[in-house]
Amino acid sequence: MNAADAGPVLLEVRDLSLAYLTSEGRLPAVRGIDLTVAAGEIVGLAGESGCGKSTLASTVLRLQPKDAEVSGEMLLSGADVLTMRWGDLRAVRWAEASIVFQGALHSLNPVHRVGRQIAEPIRVHEESVADDEIETRVGDLLESVGLPRARARAYPHPLSGGQKQRVMIAMALACRPRLIVADEPTTALDVMVQAQVLHVLSGLVHDLGVGMLVISHDLSVLADVCDRVAVMYAGRIVEVGPADQVFSDALHPYTAALSGAFPRIGDPAARYAPSGLAGDPPDPRTLSGGCSFAPRCPRGVEECAAAEPTLVPLSPTRSVACIRVAGRATDEPDR
Amino acid sequence: MSVRFTTRAGSAARALDGVNLQVRPGEILALVGESGSGKTTLARTLMGLQRPSDGDVLVGGEPLGYSTSALRGFRRHVQMVLQDASGALSPRQTVYESVAEGIRLHHLVKETRTPEAELVAQALSDAGLRPPQGLFLRYPHELSGGQRQRVLIAGALALRPRILLADEPVSSLDASIRGEILALILRLRDTLGLGVVVVTHDLGLAWNIADRIAVMYLGRIVETGTTEEVLEQARHPYTQALLSVVPEIERLTPVVLRGEIPDPTAIPSGCRFHPRCPAVADGRAAAAGVDQDCRRTSLRVLGPAHEHRVACHLDAATDDGADRPPC
Repeated sequence: MNAADAGPVLLEVRDLSLAYLTSEGRLPAVRGIDLTVAAGEIVGLAGESGCGKSTLASTVLRLQPKDAEVSGEMLLSGADVLTMRWGDLRAVRWAEASIVFQGALHSLNPVHRVGRQIAEPIRVHEESVADDEIETRVGDLLESVGLPRARARAYPHPLSGGQKQRVMIAMALACRPRLIVADEPTTALDVMVQAQVLHVLSGLVHDLGVGMLVISHDLSVLADVCDRVAVMYAGRIVEVGPADQVFSDALHPYTAALSGAFPRIGDPAARYAPSGLAGDPPDPRTLSGGCSFAPRCPRGVEECAAAEPTLVPLSPTRSVACIRVAGRATDEPDR
Repeated sequence: MSVRFTTRAGSAARALDGVNLQVRPGEILALVGESGSGKTTLARTLMGLQRPSDGDVLVGGEPLGYSTSALRGFRRHVQMVLQDASGALSPRQTVYESVAEGIRLHHLVKETRTPEAELVAQALSDAGLRPPQGLFLRYPHELSGGQRQRVLIAGALALRPRILLADEPVSSLDASIRGEILALILRLRDTLGLGVVVVTHDLGLAWNIADRIAVMYLGRIVETGTTEEVLEQARHPYTQALLSVVPEIERLTPVVLRGEIPDPTAIPSGCRFHPRCPAVADGRAAAAGVDQDCRRTSLRVLGPAHEHRVACHLDAATDDGADRPPC
């Protein structure tokens, strides 16, 4: 693939649903998701804990629990990850797509040097690579995330949070994947370190032409690095569009609440007026059948309880699943 | 106020190195800075959990004593809400037990001649958990993240403190709950006249609720003033850099500082920020003729005054800073 032309679709999620089977019954975590990520593109997935975003991430490489009920398709460069043979799946992991997991700060093995940990996927997936070549590659990987080559000999504990996160990103890049999924890559990092890590991530997408799916509860972080953002609520995508538009001009009332939670400094309306949303996300076991956001929605009306709204395109790039907004769009066609 | 820790190697880590701070009743002060800036050490020192190696903590003008009974009396007035609500609540205690613990420790039933259950109910409903009785017998795992945070706040409020110290009160909460908790802190300030110190790295939070801000770097306060002054007319290059990386759409050119806060056992000479300072790196300091000062001359400690104050050679040297009184 030519890295320079952004465009070929790397990941295509088609009508994906996943339910966990728990002792308290069936728990639908992801309910009918459609999403694409192209090469050279950063797509963000925003939502609160429990909305299904990490479940979706784990499904990209078929890492969901064995007994989970999955339907739909997860196409990685056209091949369905959910149905492929075990041997093919093994080849796809790391080399085609890799995941930077949440809580990276605790994912590194404390008793191995970081260089050895970065080299591990290379040794496992590319058996014929010579030791000195691996060493060169590990050094290059560390440099690509802004760490000195010599850091390969360090153990994880003297590294700071930001440095550990960079090591995790270097490891995800080890087998030159075309798609990287980053689950909460900057949570628990300081603002300044967060800016450094985001800088590294967007630089990689730009330089290597990989595609990236970034998952975060912080819409403002996503707005900053992503090209497109999808907002999830209770297992469904409720709004999708260009990142800056979704953040600064949210259409779905839930997106509006999320972006309002991160005030613009200098905005007099936010001074002494933190905005939030009363109530908690719904229990996925007891969804009513209407719009799942309706019980907390400031703009809810009676019809909201009637049926779950589907994503309606309002323009070539933006879609919203809300009857209140879709109605508005027909009045104002240029919206 | 200073706090030094002796490291295993025997050198002193100056976690706090000359800090003056005042909190008035009914005032919300935000302490902002990166990890390692000393903000948590400062909060712990204000709580009496850490004894300063120099300086005093004054409560209503009286220096804090460190005997067990003095600390017990003090902690009735100053309560802390910890960062991680799920870790701070005992998983084997009901909400009632968690909130009642402080009430029992401080013999509040005898003192106020109010039944314990009533005190607990009052604290829970002050923290926005209504009706409180419904939560008495719940365990932390049955609560949502926002409810757990409110239970922690209720535990602090049960003692009717004058000052509430909140360490990253919303950093582990979801975006939609965050606003609710911040609104609660504002409401408590207004209705109970609490003084609140919020430790955070989130400048948006400070803009949401704080009256004043103190920006910390490597154990010192480098800029202090009202929220509007510090966030809208930031004068210290460090504050400016912090502001520039707040993820937003319409914003300043990001100044991403390289590296991290230096080791407090080896504080740089001169201005402690100079090795990372963008104004030193891009020659602005040299143009103003202060770059040697930045590298060699240490800055004076900012006083506890309420005006907008900055510890920066460049700021002092520029025209803009000249008409202001020196710090």
